[in-house]
Amino acid sequence: MSDPIININNLCFHWNLQQQPVLNIKQLLIEPGQRLFIEGPSGSGKTSLLNLIGAVTVPTSGSITILGQDISRLKSSARDSFRADHIGFIFQQFNLVPYLSMVENVTLPCHFSVSRKSKAGDLREQALRLLTHLGLDNPDLHKKPVTELSVGQQQRVAAARAVIGKPEIIIADEPTSALDTDTREAFIKLLFEECSESSSTLIFVSHERSLGRLFDRHIHLPDINQANATAQAGQ
Amino acid sequence: MYLLTLASKSLANRKFTAILTIAAIALSVALLLAVERVRNDAKLSFTNTISGTDLIVGARSGSIQLLLYSVFRIGSPTNNISWESYEDIVSNPLVKWAIPISLGDSHRGFRVMGTNTDYFEHYRYAREKPLGFQSGQAFDDLYDAVIGAEVAQALGYQIGSKIVVAHGAGDVSFIDHGDKPFTVVGILERTATPVDRTVHVSLEAIEAIHIDWQSGAQIPGLKIDAETARKMNLSPKLITGFMLGLKSRISTFKLQREINEYKEEPLLAIIPGVALQELWNLMSVAERALLIISAFVIAIGLVGMLAMILSSLNERRREMAILRSAGARPSHIVGLLTSEAILLAVLGVVSGIVLFYLLLFISGPLIEDRYGLVFSVKMLSGYELTLLGIVILSAILMGLIPAYRAYRNSLNDGISIKL
Ligand SMILES: Nc1ncnc2c1ncn2[C@@H]1O[C@H](COP(=O)(O)OP(=O)(O)OP(=O)(O)O)[C@@H](O)[C@H]1O
Ligand SMILES: [Mg+2]
Repeated sequence: MSDPIININNLCFHWNLQQQPVLNIKQLLIEPGQRLFIEGPSGSGKTSLLNLIGAVTVPTSGSITILGQDISRLKSSARDSFRADHIGFIFQQFNLVPYLSMVENVTLPCHFSVSRKSKAGDLREQALRLLTHLGLDNPDLHKKPVTELSVGQQQRVAAARAVIGKPEIIIADEPTSALDTDTREAFIKLLFEECSESSSTLIFVSHERSLGRLFDRHIHLPDINQANATAQAGQ
Repeated sequence: MYLLTLASKSLANRKFTAILTIAAIALSVALLLAVERVRNDAKLSFTNTISGTDLIVGARSGSIQLLLYSVFRIGSPTNNISWESYEDIVSNPLVKWAIPISLGDSHRGFRVMGTNTDYFEHYRYAREKPLGFQSGQAFDDLYDAVIGAEVAQALGYQIGSKIVVAHGAGDVSFIDHGDKPFTVVGILERTATPVDRTVHVSLEAIEAIHIDWQSGAQIPGLKIDAETARKMNLSPKLITGFMLGLKSRISTFKLQREINEYKEEPLLAIIPGVALQELWNLMSVAERALLIISAFVIAIGLVGMLAMILSSLNERRREMAILRSAGARPSHIVGLLTSEAILLAVLGVVSGIVLFYLLLFISGPLIEDRYGLVFSVKMLSGYELTLLGIVILSAILMGLIPAYRAYRNSLNDGISIKL
């Protein structure tokens, strides 16, 4: 077993110190290249966990080490560049910058990260290659404003943007919940291919438990999160 | 650089409001430049009109009024002065030369001025420049006329053209001196002063065309034709005023006082430079008011820009979050919004300059025609460029306000996108 790419230890996270912690995780290790599925009921802290893994927020206590870097030790500007270099995001819906073309949306992260830019090579060529992979090679589609794309098409553009420049970690927060069942699985398969190609680790959150079977590993968040348990115990 | 590209695409996406904002800034900048140019060029134009004349004398009224009608052909004299007073004062040993003038008639919107040939010899404009003839020479015969360059150009006159003088100074006059036509014998070189728009005839000619007139109307039944008039006594009895050149500048004040205390008739003598200064003082209030107003108009334009960017911020929170998730730092968000302000301001200022020059090209000749003020189509002066620099700088400073707001928002929102 190789070294974990993400290492969470005795992590506790509060949104508000007056309230109960949202997350309390003894340990979570994620291996490089793994496709991890996290599900749990609404409000169980999935997005909060992704914020920590994405170096958007820092834990209240405990540690989270990503790519050997202890995130809580980094200043917010350092976390910003860390995130820009190493993490690609896909969100539930409306992922695209409305005034940029499809290709420009895909190449966007490369303008904020030198390392992703150098890994991508020729930006336009790379973007077109990714889009073709994701079935968005129709030139008519490229001329359209991105706001006129279907939700499924928009999510595929977002996926291309997440993987361009081969970031080590792809974080997807319910990227399929606006898609119908057939499109959903097709989208996940495409996402897998892109992640393998860029050898990225995929962390995929959904409350659709049935999607879990497609992944290498499946976590039911309440199983590893003691926050609710302690909260209930305290009551 | 990439932020500028992003900013321009983002603005292009909001074309309509962006164009309105740019238009508001452009209009205010054009106004500012126009006010500035009018201020400077009017002064220059006025200052260049007369030079070398030590005193201007007319019937007693306001000194600015006298200056305006005698030199700039603006407004009309209230009273005339007698020829005897003229001869009396001119005989003073301090006087080197004198130019009598008689105003009150016009030719197709151009003022007609009665004078004598001393005018062509002694009148000076700009920096002591004498009048020169483009073609022909000074008037000699009773019905000869010398026209300014603008008159010749506007009406297509050449040496030999016949012109009819109308009574009164208006553009359209229904009573004219059609029975006594004049012949153009000389065309003056262009001076960029009101001389260009003046028709010059002899004082005797002014007498001749009014010989059968009395107090502004033709005497009924009395009709004296041009040839008969020649034989009558045409020595001038009344003139509007005169200009004096003195043997020595030092005696200017002395003679001025003597004229102002002249017993036979109430007269007023003014020193052109002093009267011009009075005119500036009078105008400086209006000038300053104009400048303040244009500064406010600029401020309004910039506040419009501020409002436009600020009001877009809320609907753009998602866009900012997307940019953040794609790796943009809060400083990039600040840069993006500041770039938008800079782009709007620069585009506004540039279109303002274009608009200003268009205005100058279109209305410059009209203003010159009507008011004799010459606006040069020259490059922007250092001062004007400084003003524009201040406009852009203020725009950037104002752009920091929405930039800061967006910065706060993006720190709060992080990369999470809420609907
Ligand atoms: N920005 C925030 N500030 C304060 N509290 C928050 C914030 N975001 C989430 N929370 C709280 O943290 C808890 C966990 O929320 P989180 O968004 O992580 O849940 P989730 O599992 O992603 O739910 P869902 O499936 O609905 O997206 C909730 O109780 C929520 O109220
Ligand atoms: Mg969530």
